[in-house]
Parts: sequence; C-alpha cells; structure tokens
Amino acid sequence: MTVLGTDEATADRGAPVAGAGAGAPKRRRFEFLYFALRNKKLIIGLSVVLLFVLFAIFGPLFVQHPLTAYGPPRHTPSGTYYFGTDYFGLDVFTQFVYGLRESLFVGLIGGCGATVIGMTLGFISGYKGGLIDEGLNVLCNVELTIPGLVLLILIAGFLHHTSPLIEGLLIACTTWTWSMRAIRAQTFSLVSRDFVGLARLSGEKSRSIIVREIAPNMSSYLFLVFILLFGGSILVAASFDFLGLGPAGGMSLGIMMMNAADWSALPLHTWWWFVPPGAAITCVVGGLYLANVGLDEVFNPKLREL
Amino acid sequence: MLTLDNVTKVYKTGTFGGESLPAVRGASFEIRPGEVTSLIGESGSGKSTLGKMILRLTPVTSGTISFEGTDVAGLKGKRLREYYRHVQGVFQDPFSSYNPVFRADRVFATIKRSYFPSVSNSEWHGRVEASLESVGLNPVDVLDKFTHQLSGGQLQRILIARALLLEIKILVADEIISMIDASTRVDVLNLLANLKSRGLGVLFITHDLSLGNYISERTIILRRGVVVEMGATQKVFDNPQHDYTKMLLTAVPQLHKKWGAGLAPELEAMGVTSEGEGRPGRYSRSSMHPLAAMHAWKGHRAQVVAAALETAASADRTDTYLRTHEEVPPLVEVEEDHFVVTSAGAE
Amino acid sequence: MGLKVDQLRICYRTLRGDVTAVDDVTFDIADGEIMGLAGESGCGKSTLGNSLIRMDVRMRQLGGRVELDGAELPISDARAMRDYRFKVVSIIPQYAMSALNPTRRVGKMVSELLRSRGFDYKSALPEFERRVKLVGLDADILKRYPIELSGGMKQRVVMIVSTLLNPSLLIADEITSALDVSTQRAVGEMLLEFRDRNFVKTTMVITHDLSILAQVADTILIMYAGKLAEKARTDVVIGSPLHPYTQLLISSLPEVGVRHDEHTLVGIPGRPPPLLNPPSGCRFRDRCPFAFDRCAADPPFVEVQPGHSVACWLHADGVSPAGGAEQC
Repeated sequence: MTVLGTDEATADRGAPVAGAGAGAPKRRRFEFLYFALRNKKLIIGLSVVLLFVLFAIFGPLFVQHPLTAYGPPRHTPSGTYYFGTDYFGLDVFTQFVYGLRESLFVGLIGGCGATVIGMTLGFISGYKGGLIDEGLNVLCNVELTIPGLVLLILIAGFLHHTSPLIEGLLIACTTWTWSMRAIRAQTFSLVSRDFVGLARLSGEKSRSIIVREIAPNMSSYLFLVFILLFGGSILVAASFDFLGLGPAGGMSLGIMMMNAADWSALPLHTWWWFVPPGAAITCVVGGLYLANVGLDEVFNPKLREL
Repeated sequence: MLTLDNVTKVYKTGTFGGESLPAVRGASFEIRPGEVTSLIGESGSGKSTLGKMILRLTPVTSGTISFEGTDVAGLKGKRLREYYRHVQGVFQDPFSSYNPVFRADRVFATIKRSYFPSVSNSEWHGRVEASLESVGLNPVDVLDKFTHQLSGGQLQRILIARALLLEIKILVADEIISMIDASTRVDVLNLLANLKSRGLGVLFITHDLSLGNYISERTIILRRGVVVEMGATQKVFDNPQHDYTKMLLTAVPQLHKKWGAGLAPELEAMGVTSEGEGRPGRYSRSSMHPLAAMHAWKGHRAQVVAAALETAASADRTDTYLRTHEEVPPLVEVEEDHFVVTSAGAE
Repeated sequence: MGLKVDQLRICYRTLRGDVTAVDDVTFDIADGEIMGLAGESGCGKSTLGNSLIRMDVRMRQLGGRVELDGAELPISDARAMRDYRFKVVSIIPQYAMSALNPTRRVGKMVSELLRSRGFDYKSALPEFERRVKLVGLDADILKRYPIELSGGMKQRVVMIVSTLLNPSLLIADEITSALDVSTQRAVGEMLLEFRDRNFVKTTMVITHDLSILAQVADTILIMYAGKLAEKARTDVVIGSPLHPYTQLLISSLPEVGVRHDEHTLVGIPGRPPPLLNPPSGCRFRDRCPFAFDRCAADPPFVEVQPGHSVACWLHADGVSPAGGAEQC
C-alpha cells in the first residue's frame, strides 16, 4: 500500500486532471436528458399532458361563441359548434376550453399544495421520529377521520367568495393525509440505510440530508404522489362545484359533467356533452401516470440498463 | 484520545416507551492513536450500538464519550462538523452506504461541499485520486461508476479513501469486511491495519475472533452490552479469563484445528488414530473397525458438546448476575493490560 | 451409490443473455460422505445446489446427468422431481430461517408441510420430538412461534424438518453464515450427528466459509467461475492444495494466532471473470501468478492422485489440450 503525501501528489496531478474535472458534471446532466429523451413512456405521457395544457392556454383564441350565448339546443358537433351544444344551447367547446383551464388550475394548486404539505410533514415525521412523529401522526389521524368533503363544505360556508385559488388550497388542506403517511413510511425505511448515516458523518444538516439524500431516492415516487393528488384534486373540485360551492360564475370540467348527468345527457344520447370533459380528465391523469413510469426508468440507474 | 466512560444505552420500546431494553451497559474503554482496537461480540451484544454512539448517530443514555477531552454529546452545528473531521466511520453493508440513485464518487463531492468548499475542482480531483491510490484503487476503475457496477471490496475502499481525505484521527469500522468476498477480504483488512502507521486509532467492530486477532493491538469482548474482558490482544487470546471468551475461542471454526482437537489425547487412548487431528472423518476411520471408531467418536463428541454447553451455561449464569444487578461489576486487572469482569458466575 | 454428477451444465437466463453458471461439472459423493462446496459469491455453487432439487424457471439444463443411489435424478423435469423433493432430496435453503412464517406455531407449520407431502403428522411426531431433543432443544418448541426462537434454534428446527424423512441427499446452502460463532458450532456438530445416525446419506454443504468446512466436511470441492477447480479430502485441500486458486484462497484466510505485524497475509488481486462472456482457457488465468502459455486452453479436471482432482495445467501432465466448450 502506498501512503499518500498529500501536497506533492496534488500538485502533480492538478494540471492534467483539470479538464476531466470540468467535463464530468456537464456530461452527467446531458446523460439524464439522453435517457429521458429515449424513454417512450415519458415522451408519450408528457406529450399528452402538454397537449391539454397548450389547449387550455391557447384554446380561448379559437372560441367562437361566448360562454353565455344560447344557440340551438343539443346541436350535434359541426363546423360552427365544434363540440356541439348542450341541453340549453350553450356551446360545449367554449365550456370545455374554460372548464379545462380552471380544472387544470385547481388541480395544480390542489396537487402542489397537498404534495408540499404531505412531503414536509412526511419527511419531518419520518426523519425525526420520536415525539414529533407521534404528534404529527395524531394530527394526520384526526384529519383522516373527518370526511374531507364535509369539512370543505363547512369551510366554504364561512367563505363567501371562493376563487379557484382558494378552492385549490382548500382541497390541498384536506387531501394531504395519505401522501404524508406514504412519504413518512418511505422516509422511515430510507433513514435506516447507511448512506444517511454517512451523510451525517459528512457534516450535513437534517434539511440538506432530506433534500439531497432522501428525496432523490423517492423522486419518482413523489412525482407519482403529485400525479395522484393532481387527478384527485380535479375530481374533488368537480364534486365541490356540483354542490354549488365552487367559484361563482365559473366553469370547470366537473361542472360540465355534473350538468350533463343532471340534464340526462346519457339517456338523450347527447354524448358530446360529457365525453370531452371525461376524456380530458382521463387523458391528463393517464398521461401523467405514463410519464411517471417512464421517469422511474430514467431515475433508477438499475432499470436503465435493462 | 477517544475515551468512553461508563457509557450506557437503553432503548425505549413499547407504545409509550414504557419498556426499556439495555443495549450497552457501563462500557468504559479508550481508543488510542496508532492502534487497532477490536470490539468483538455476537449478534445483540451492542457492538454496533457502541460504534453508532461514538459516531454520534445515536445518543448515549448515560455516561460520557470524550474526544481529546471534550464530551462529544453536546457538540452541535459547526463543532459537530469539526468532530467529524477527525472521527469517521465505515459501515457493514457497502451497498447500503451509497445512495443508489447517484454515482459512487458522490461521497467525495459531499465531503468537499462540507469541508473544503474553497479548494479548486482540479486540486480536489487530484486529492481524490491520490487518496484512492493510497487505498489501492485505480481511480479510472472506480470514478464515474454506479454502485452496482463496483464490487463490495472496491466500495469499502472508496469509503476509507473518503475518510482519509479528512484529517481523521479515529476510524470506526463496523463489520466492514463481512460482505466482501473471501479472496479480497484480507486486503481491506491489511489496509485497515496499515492506517495505524499514520497515527490513526481504529475501532474494528467484528463478530469474528480470528479477524480481530489478526489486526488488532487491543481486544474488547462484549457480551449482551457488557464488556466482559479486555486488554492486549495477545493476552486476551493466549490467556482468556472469562468463560465467555473461552467458549468463543473453542467454538470459532478454524482451518487447521478441529473443534474437538482439545480432546485428541483421550481419543488416542481409546484407540482412535487421529491422523487428521481431532474428529475422525470417513477416511481416517479405516485404521480401526469402522463401528468402533464411530462409537469412540460419538462418545468423544458428546464430551465436547457437553463441555461447550457447560461453558455456555456458566456464561449465562454470569448474565443472570449482570441482568439482576443494576451496577455493572467492575473490571479487575488480572495481569498488566488485561482486565476481566468480576461476577459470581465467572469464578 | 451415493450421488453422481456427470458433466452437468446449467445455464441461467438473464435479461442480458444466457449465463452458464455451472459448466461441465463432474463429481460424486459417497454414502455417508459430507462434501463441502466452496467458492466466492457468483461462482455457481448455489446454482449447482439448487439445480439438484429445484430448477428455477430461469434455469435450464444444457447437458449432463445426475444419478442418485444408482437411478437417474430427473432434475430438469419439475413434475417428476416433485416425488423426490423432501423425501429423497432435501434442501435447507439460504435464509430458510427468516422464511418461517412468524404468525404460525412451529408445530402447525411442520404438520402442514407433512400433510402437503402426503404424510401423517401424528405418526411422524414421536420421531420429530426425538430429534428435537437430540439437538438439545425442548420438545415444547412445537408450541412456540418462530419469533420466540433465536437464530440458532430456528436453524436447528429447519434442519430437523428437512431431514425428517431421512433423505438420501441433503443440500445445506449457507446454513451457518448468519449465525453466531457458538451456534455455528452447534449446527455444524448437528450435521455430523445426523450423518452418523444415518438420518441423511449424503450431504452437500454449500458455503463461502472454508473454516466451517474444515470442521464438518469429509471432502471439499472448490468451484471458480462456474467450473470445478479442485476436489480432495478435507485435510488435503486445507493442508496441501494443488490449484493456485485454492492455495491463494487458503493462504489469505486469517486464523486465530496469525497476526498482521508478524505475518501479513495477501488476498488475490482482481475479480472473478463475468460469467456472461467468460474468457476462453483457464478462468483463473488473469489472477494466477503461475499462468503460462498453456493456460490459454481450458484445463481438464483430472485426478492427479487417488481422490484428488484438479483443473490446472501445472498438474495435468500427459493430458492434451481440449477444445473450447460450445455456447449456451
């Protein structure tokens, strides 16, 4: 075994290595992109979601009829009414564009909010353990036992003006529980691994260990949590809107579907009324799920090789 | 340099921490610079807990661990980081010691971020390469690789190289070779033993007596959380005092000495020629009537096993004593630098 | 009689291609013999052990023949093997201890196992209890749950269960590696006891720990990278091995009494070759200090002295180089 003489050895090697040292991190970043771009599941999933997002952003440019303009009732899809009209003669395409915008927005706020709350509490609970864990667990269990929708209705009763933003945040406040439990359990199992101990021996603080060591290990899992909460928020928002507690004068995919169900779209064969919103929700959530499976393969170096 | 004084660790179990489980009781010893100290114990002896307490990964319940005169229990923030600059550890499972989503050499980057933020990248790269070479690795083979592309031996060496980048004085090595292949084990062991020539104090935690005997100057035998015997390795191994140490020494499987070899003369008296030492196997029975040899051997084994069970039982009596007495009995010096626990069962 | 394995080749299907984990393996174990099978991780020792009783769906027999007690053992026929398993050929798998269902009492598990094999629990019970006492356990162990038992106790229970029907061949896969030193000994002595009492006829002990084999085995077979390296009596393998791999392996093992400052041991540099695309010729060539030009060809596994076979060109005088093996 050779024992290193630190300084001379360093001086000798300094120069030739400089290029390699600078090159390595750059190559690594590209490598991630390389695997991401080669992954079909990720590409297809993200494309589908992106399509809907673009549609929600640029859709208003193609709207020909205002939201409240009445036309011929139950008109089949045509050149003037792209998606037909509903029972009252309102344009389904217009409703769809604005509904998609609002649903995606509420879903994003609700999904992000719930993920952030669940992650924060889950990481703290799983990492710290002990009394903090017990306390947070009690909070979580109490929250779990209260029916979310009932709580939402109560809160909404006190707030007279709900905007999509407030709606999203309210949803976030009631749906984080299971994500916290799942993240807490995952954190528990990761904390006992030696690399967490080693990170502490490297002088890292708890927060940086959670962010730099634990979270990357479950990044695809966190993304999955977000996707499920995102899809869930859209659905919760739909039931919320249906109860008349949604933002006044708004339109969402949920309201569209509920209206369709209310006004017998199915028995009257007005399929163009409920198929677009239903398909949109399915495609967005499905696309996100596919992207998640793909991301898992990109993140996990072991799956990458197969 | 690093001193443990009456260190005790009690785990709280049960829903509200109602039950307590002592893992380590009243352990006092020191890790000296330039020496390898072996901490030998079986599963559940608390040896890993001791290592974790020294590394501040789990708090002590009572007693003090002091490093260069400072109690390490109160260290926080910057001072804790300084402690880790001098005291480092390597763990049992090389594959769990690395974050699987990153490359193995990320452990170096972490060290740089915490301790050498001002060192230039190129200089750091040179230091890393030199450190890798000093643990017998070729940097080209191991840098830029993922954990599953490297062998257990390589991974453990990388961790030692990581520790050597800091100005370490104490290295806690917790069962670091038990998951490495036999043919490369001894190289990691030699590497560890050579660290003492750099003035390092190494705490080598193991369940394997032969490994402890091979590299260490001092040996500590731990049984159910209590230090039962400690001292200079040669003295502990050549002249074991505690029944438990004796039992371990007779039970450890060896290449050139059979378990029952201690009774070879008696076997010869029975007419069994022990050509291969100890137990007559299928081939060595040929010299006498097969059946007779077998019976002779059976009687012989019965004696051996009975003896082993008896020592184990007497060690258990010591345990009962240890468990029922709040105070751990003191260690007494039986000869220079050789201590053994006093208890009713041990005499 | 005993076990005869003749030119056995087993390959493993992996996502990256076929791996011949057991390549042209020939050996035999006599009645009453305990053979130790040793090698580093990934050398094919567990694959060999498993292939004799329980072929995985990913495993395939490429050639060779296995004979037990004079009759062929249909190892690649899963249905036919069902009649042999547990009754004629039994295995104590790696991690068997942790595989015990923690919510079932030991007695219940034993009775279910026996019934599934068409045996009556009641009539087997006295023999079971007799053997439980024989290995120094209490008979009331049947009423206890696995979590109440220590590792050594569990391992002994597993051993009694797998040998209850007096199998001809017992395969013990790493049964001591998770145990403490003191319980290792109890389990090792138990292997000997069971052989002496004819509970099992032939035993194959698979382990990476040569010092355990030095205690319990009559003969030792060393495998390296899917091939046989050396086979001889235990005292010969330990005391005067011929294959450079065996020599280096044994000289690298620390023993009580050997100290670093007095006698520094050395390991074997390098790593075993990948089995996916193994190099031609002797597989130990790259790590072998004695390698010479002849090693470019595959060394035959030949008997150099009675009962002592080795696959090394240093000891294969008068044998002509054989051609390379065909692909999997």
